[in-house]
Amino acid sequence: MKQRRRTSWIAAALLAGSLAASMATLHHLDQMRPQATLEDVLYITSPSVLKRASLGYDGLLADIYWTRTVQYFGAHHRGGGQSYALLAPLLEITTHLDPHLLVAYQFGASFLAPEPPQGAGVPERAIQLMEYGIQNNPDDWRLYYSLGFVYYMEVKDYSNAAEVFARGSKVPGAHPFMKVLAAQLAQHAGEFATARMLWDATYQSTHDRQIRKNAIEHLRSLRVDEDVIHLQQAVTTFGQRTGRVPASMAELAESEGWRGIPVDPDGHPYRLTPDGRVEVSDPENFEFVTRGLPPGYKPTPTIP
Amino acid sequence: MSARIIHIASNTFREAVRDRVLYNLIAFALLLSGAAVLVGQISIDIEKLVVINLGLTAVSLFGIVIAIFIGIGLVSKEIEKRTLYTILSRPVRRWEFIVGKFFGLAGTLVVNTFFMAIGVFAALLYVAHKFVASDALIFVALYFIILEFLIICSLALLFSSFSSPLLSAVFAFSLFIIGSFAQDLRGFAGMAHGVTRWLATGAAYLVPNFSAFNVISSIAHGQPVSGHLILYNTVYALLYAAVALSGAVLIFENRNLK
Repeated sequence: MKQRRRTSWIAAALLAGSLAASMATLHHLDQMRPQATLEDVLYITSPSVLKRASLGYDGLLADIYWTRTVQYFGAHHRGGGQSYALLAPLLEITTHLDPHLLVAYQFGASFLAPEPPQGAGVPERAIQLMEYGIQNNPDDWRLYYSLGFVYYMEVKDYSNAAEVFARGSKVPGAHPFMKVLAAQLAQHAGEFATARMLWDATYQSTHDRQIRKNAIEHLRSLRVDEDVIHLQQAVTTFGQRTGRVPASMAELAESEGWRGIPVDPDGHPYRLTPDGRVEVSDPENFEFVTRGLPPGYKPTPTIP
Repeated sequence: MSARIIHIASNTFREAVRDRVLYNLIAFALLLSGAAVLVGQISIDIEKLVVINLGLTAVSLFGIVIAIFIGIGLVSKEIEKRTLYTILSRPVRRWEFIVGKFFGLAGTLVVNTFFMAIGVFAALLYVAHKFVASDALIFVALYFIILEFLIICSLALLFSSFSSPLLSAVFAFSLFIIGSFAQDLRGFAGMAHGVTRWLATGAAYLVPNFSAFNVISSIAHGQPVSGHLILYNTVYALLYAAVALSGAVLIFENRNLK
């Protein structure tokens, strides 16, 4: 009995010791081979093969692939977001496995369409994805909205955007703003007011925190872009009037009769460079801003 | 149902419980609670979908594995342990033995599914905080899964009545996989010509068609299941189980047990 107990203790100690040692060795191996990651490997690229291999449990497999897509996008976005080679195939597999997984279309399009580092910079794949989504879920107006959004924001194809919004507005139960958007686009495509309206609509059409936060960020950046254009026009007018660049933003404000120095949505004053360019004080605060950036500025990627 | 069948069925159920078959419920509970808590943190907007998809897939797969691994030993184990001779020396007919075993195994799986269903609904309540009308569709998916189990139990018993446990397991698993591809087999038959077409069509109708029972994905999206599908799936599963069970009885009745 005593002998057996001693053997049991030795076996237990050996088990714990060997397990700890094997884990430590594996950790060391991982550090030795940092590139040896399986993250960027897609062993089976055919959605049809995967659907069959799922033995009918394709819903669960789609959820797994969707989670993998989110993880893939998050990891690459965090790492600088210069290449998203597997993003489109992952989304294609996910949506073929479960054609009714609406979240994969809506987020997928916003992962695929924007230019790097915000997205993969492949709006044509985003359009393909959304068309496939609409084909399989023709009664969901949100998919038309997302497709129209990609056409408008990323491809700048305003006529197709208007056409898709109009198509979506005919879907039973579609939000009334779809009709308004279609009409607005027909007359005022490319204007700030239209872009603002689109982001407003995005904010209103969802309860998802991430999408709402993204819409707010875009609205803030749009306001900065609009402000910078107006301020730059004021600088030009000042130059035409006086033959020189204003010495400071305070001088410009005084000559224009503004009550104070103009500020961005965070309350920080806009800057005026010696050569007369209007710049935002802290571009890091405005993820999607396109104007008023210092020359050669590259945004630091953030986790989506 | 005769008292003897009920007796054999209840013994089969007790034996399965004694073999710690219901321990799989612990693994199931861990899997589901882990998924319910984790998925929200690593994915976007699919918490409820994952609970339904993962929960029902696990109910189905766990049950199929149990059905096959217990079913294949139901007859052969009794022969090996020589307990069959004791049973058959009493006024028990061979067909009663087979049918009793079938109901015992099916009962075990129904009880197992019942507890797993409680787990699925509990996890659903955890992630969604409330039930909605479409959640009732989960009962339809669970019903279809039980119908699947009836077919697999009967097939495992059929193979167990004439083959070794290892071969029975291979046959049963193979038929489950082929049955999952039944639609493709029909598609292949449609494209073939001549004798191949007849052979493929025959094979497609002979193997069990499991694809019609799998409504997990559509139910996860709250899409309704037609009454006709429920009716036809029920009739099909009962008929197919009857075919396999009759085959098992036929073989077992004529088997030389000496």
